[in-house]
Amino acid sequence: MRHTLSIVVADQPGELSRIVGLFSARGFNIETVSVGQTPDPHWSRVTVVTRGDDRTIEQIVKQCARLARVREVQDLTARPHIEREMALIAVEALPGAMRQEVLGLVAVFRAKVVDIAQTRMIIEATGNKEKVEAFIELLRPLGICDITRTGCIAIGRLTATVKTSTDGEEDDMIYAGTAHETTLEKKTPERHEKGISI
Amino acid sequence: MIAQSDILKATADLPPTTADNELPRGAEILVEALACEGVDSIFGYPGGAVLHIYDELWRARDRITHYLVRHEQGAVHMAEGYARASGRVGVALVTSGPGATNAVTGIANAYLDSTPIVVITGQVPTALIGTDAFQEVDTVGITRSCVKHNYLVRDVRDLAAIVHEAFHLARTGRPGPIVIDIPKDVSAARTSYSCLQSISFPCVERKSPPDPRSVGRAASAILQAERPVLYVGGGVVNSGAADALRALAEELQLPVTPTLMGLGGFPSAHPLCLNMLGMHGTYAANMAVAESDLLIAVGVRFDDRVTGRLATFAPHARVIHIDIDAANIGKNRAPDLSLTADAREALCALQAEVQARGQKEIEKSVERRIVWWDRLRAWQREQPLRFSGSRDHIKPQSVIRELHRLTSGEALIVTDVGQHQMWAAQFYPFKRSRQWITSGGLGTMGFGVPAAIGAQLVMRDQLVVAVVGDGGFQMTNQELATATQYGLPIKVLIMNNGYLGMVRQWQEMFYDRTYSEVDLSVSPDFVKLAEAYGALGVRATRPEELSDVLAAGLSYKGVAVMDIVVSKEENVFPIVPAGGNSRDMIVHSEGV
Repeated sequence: MRHTLSIVVADQPGELSRIVGLFSARGFNIETVSVGQTPDPHWSRVTVVTRGDDRTIEQIVKQCARLARVREVQDLTARPHIEREMALIAVEALPGAMRQEVLGLVAVFRAKVVDIAQTRMIIEATGNKEKVEAFIELLRPLGICDITRTGCIAIGRLTATVKTSTDGEEDDMIYAGTAHETTLEKKTPERHEKGISI
Repeated sequence: MIAQSDILKATADLPPTTADNELPRGAEILVEALACEGVDSIFGYPGGAVLHIYDELWRARDRITHYLVRHEQGAVHMAEGYARASGRVGVALVTSGPGATNAVTGIANAYLDSTPIVVITGQVPTALIGTDAFQEVDTVGITRSCVKHNYLVRDVRDLAAIVHEAFHLARTGRPGPIVIDIPKDVSAARTSYSCLQSISFPCVERKSPPDPRSVGRAASAILQAERPVLYVGGGVVNSGAADALRALAEELQLPVTPTLMGLGGFPSAHPLCLNMLGMHGTYAANMAVAESDLLIAVGVRFDDRVTGRLATFAPHARVIHIDIDAANIGKNRAPDLSLTADAREALCALQAEVQARGQKEIEKSVERRIVWWDRLRAWQREQPLRFSGSRDHIKPQSVIRELHRLTSGEALIVTDVGQHQMWAAQFYPFKRSRQWITSGGLGTMGFGVPAAIGAQLVMRDQLVVAVVGDGGFQMTNQELATATQYGLPIKVLIMNNGYLGMVRQWQEMFYDRTYSEVDLSVSPDFVKLAEAYGALGVRATRPEELSDVLAAGLSYKGVAVMDIVVSKEENVFPIVPAGGNSRDMIVHSEGV
């Protein structure tokens, strides 16, 4: 089963590789990993998406928690949470019907055109993994030139009582729709620039 | 990037501002911090990147004694021998590049055997890091997967806090090795220092007492068990839990089987002791585990050398797992009940809980196990450890028996890895914790001699015997020079069979006797080798010589090497083939 782990670790050189190295040394799988600062600049949050049965996940959590500079490890999958990832997709978009089709998909998925040239566009798409992947699949027949993806980031919901469909598409529209337009737009890229410096 | 000290939150009594050139250098701060941690001995080997530190050590030589080894692997094994004999943190100091890579085996050994050591490595100056500079390796990267934690000190102002945290980490929780990599310019840089007043660690060892509800349930399970077995390991030794273990076992008449690492944690000759379990464990211990209805696992990690095939290990038993490392619990065998706790605290809590249930409960519980004890005793009688004698050749098992007799069972035994290690584990009954030091998890040939030197340093007046094979001895025999230089009178007992014996045994049993590359018949004359190092060398080749030769070596006041030429193709029994279970156990040679 797919699990999203949130690991708070000291923002010090080598700490990310300690976590990633632990996964490879113990034969755990990493689907995506992303890093960024927490509100306290001394600490970073590493979000890892991994797969495994319950015992494997329990081991991963315990092994990560054993690291001297790890402050907490949470398996977010066990409780209501929001997941997002961003993809930048360069796609063929010849003037005319093809470009219109791309723009139509962009509208439906609340994605954004961030660059355009004679025959191609770059699209920024945000959402949970399923949404981003569905979008990519619909673009694929049109001709995808390149994709870069951030990997998943996640955060626990504010109240556990909010009814969720474990961050399904419908849910995504409600929560992402409002937050997206206002605050996330600027913050997301900044967050990831910081992540790289770790 | 932020400084280490931002995380560590160290508070020092800062001296009044002084001119920069009067402030101490990093090297001096390091030495002061080590002294502050109570370090009296360092095993090391100098080199370019640690010259400042060696300069400072020389000035501090009346407070901290440095032992110059002959190979960095030896330094780390000595630090481990020191730590395991004393229970304190051992310290090794090596230079950058090859110094650090040579130390890696020792570090990995300490990691797998949970030994508290701090290894200080030199590093090229910070400005040269990443440039493939002379004697540069990424020490922190290389050692990352075999340390409890490691540091690259980038700023001299972080140094003191790092050293103190390193010692704290090494000895708390599940102990382990810590590496501190210090670039040359950091050991030269100046800053203020005074012994730290306090230091807080934001995320280490959230230690809590054993959960009382779990203790209660564990006590009930133990009281009601009909066929319980206490399976105890290195955690009992590390936490000083031998007395607590003995008290609980005696109170409830529980059979005890120690792992290789747990030997000494419970007296081998105690009537409740079934002796070692696992691949080369006793028949009774392995049968007991196979038939047990409750396995009380204390300070163990269900290692494959103990369990064999996990799926069939202790198939009828519910498991209570007590370990200080939460990650050990459920890693290999899912327990029915677990206590993430220090072994001693947990055993004491169990004992108190059991006593609180009242004498009547305890008596009923002991009675419930009378049938079990009959079976255990029968297994012990049916298949005791044994070996066939010989008039022409010295039997290796008889060497250990004789060693035991001559030392009245009091010697501190250190071993290398291989057949001799198993025979020592089987045939030398141990009386107390820390009387047995061996390379368990990593199985490092070459461990014996240097680890014995480190142990001898702690136990100045005790007989320390390194039992080694002719193979492993040759991996680190140069440390005999260290032993003679510092007057550390270890006794080295070489079980010389002219083979890499354990590999040969497996080739005999599992590879159709294809003895591929195990012939060690061309070795140096170990007696002359010993003499070349300024040690006593003695040899026995015939059974009638054994006793006198051992006595001569053991009673010698200095370093002695006893070359005991033993029967060449003796095998270690019982053996549970790798990946098997107790049903596959081969008890003696006729079983092959």
